[in-house]
Amino acid sequence: MSVELAYWQSTSIRLVFALVAVLIPAGGAVYLYLFKMMSFMQSRLGPMEAGPYGSMQLLAEVGKWLQKEDIFPRKADKLVFALAPYVVLLSTFLLVLVVPFGPDAYFVDLDVGVFFALAVSSVSVLGILMAGWGSANKYSLLGGLRAAGQLIAYELPMVLAVVGVVIQAGTLSMQGIVSAQAEGEIFGFGGLGNPFIITQFVGFAIFMIAVQAELSMTPFDMPIAESELVTGYLTEYSGMRFLLFFIGEFATANIFAFFASVLFLGGWTVPPFITDIFGIEYDDAIFNVLGPIVMLTKMLLVTFLVYWARFSYPRFREDQLQRFAWKILIPISLVNIFVTGVLKVVF
Amino acid sequence: MSLLLTLAVDTPQFLPQQIAFGIIATISVLSALKLVTTSNVVHAALYLVLVLASVAALYVLLAAEFVAATQVLVYIGAVMVLMLFGVMLTRAQIGAEEGLDHEQRWIGALVALFLLGIMSFALVDHFGDERLPENIVPQQTAEVSDEIFSTYIVPFEAISVLLLAALIGAIVVARRD
Repeated sequence: MSVELAYWQSTSIRLVFALVAVLIPAGGAVYLYLFKMMSFMQSRLGPMEAGPYGSMQLLAEVGKWLQKEDIFPRKADKLVFALAPYVVLLSTFLLVLVVPFGPDAYFVDLDVGVFFALAVSSVSVLGILMAGWGSANKYSLLGGLRAAGQLIAYELPMVLAVVGVVIQAGTLSMQGIVSAQAEGEIFGFGGLGNPFIITQFVGFAIFMIAVQAELSMTPFDMPIAESELVTGYLTEYSGMRFLLFFIGEFATANIFAFFASVLFLGGWTVPPFITDIFGIEYDDAIFNVLGPIVMLTKMLLVTFLVYWARFSYPRFREDQLQRFAWKILIPISLVNIFVTGVLKVVF
Repeated sequence: MSLLLTLAVDTPQFLPQQIAFGIIATISVLSALKLVTTSNVVHAALYLVLVLASVAALYVLLAAEFVAATQVLVYIGAVMVLMLFGVMLTRAQIGAEEGLDHEQRWIGALVALFLLGIMSFALVDHFGDERLPENIVPQQTAEVSDEIFSTYIVPFEAISVLLLAALIGAIVVARRD
């Protein structure tokens, strides 16, 4: 059964689903990890009052933020200050467009998929610089500058880590990378497919570290270091605008986790030995329904790693942070590309 | 405007693209004007971001996705961020700034007009008769890379060496030992 839809109809449906794909996982991960897991790791209960086990806490928080006064600092550059959170959100929503959730369940399958994602993810730096400068506050400016320096430094290892995957898959398209993993074999054994986390484990590790830094999550939270910079570029933001930054940060965490699932964990496919039991192909139409669930599971696994590191490690010093990127991560990822290229030609 | 209308009549299947081109081109030209007339350095840089972003949008209209993504990654994600970074580190006052304007602006405008004339003449003279194919398909990344590494291999290598020289030069300048 197929339904013919006009362009505006399919576009509106895509818009609704993009909102769902950004907001629902973000809310879920924030409740599950930021509220509950962090509390348990610190031997406390976390939110318990709003709804069963405090599951409605996030709604209460959003309600609280929406009620707050919208404050502009007197000397702030009003336009730049007001636009900054939207630039960050724009980058988040552009990112989700290339994530595939099933053989036909995707927003758009660009031929330059991964490259597009890396390009638009760098736009959020602009928003952070705008926020830091527009606030007319020295702490904000310092925070913005630190954030920009960090994001530039860690964007490189991220791009270079993805290049290994792209070489192995032989395509930049996200769907192409998913099929390359589902059809792949490890030394003639195809039961697991070839999830690139096995062959590209170095790339996966570098990618996850770079993601942690791109999100300014502890141990890379120097830009918003509360003991020296109040909250960095977020200092002057309150109410609705702070909420937008908050959504931007945590939704981007989920979307990067989606990317990690697609690039390294096989995306919306399940290992072929499971589909073999049911006698279906890896891209059977049923995966338009199951794919989003598979993606969500993998995404929650990857975000677990992100938040686990966030709650476990103390903050890097600024110089350690820069040295780690330029002198350790980038050389390792360059070696990784070289080795991958050689092995690709040999096999 | 009349040019747009004739194009729309000539090739009705491109009408949405023509409208999109009109909008993007207007944004691009207006922000370019604001870029040179604004009295704040950071605002000028942000207007430049708008200009570069609309150029990326034009590449998308021309079905050159790879070039568009490269434009965003290189110009917005790297060059403009570095430029803003530098401006904010050194002189980033909020509000209007003195001394951004000087006597040579009319000569500058003249040179810009002259450049516009030359470039439009060159473009119309060379590509004036060419039309987009009826069924335009997005360009495949693999084709771009094949072109770079076969037809354009010599310029590509020359640029690589040039960039390497610039890189080493930057290190030499920055390193004071």
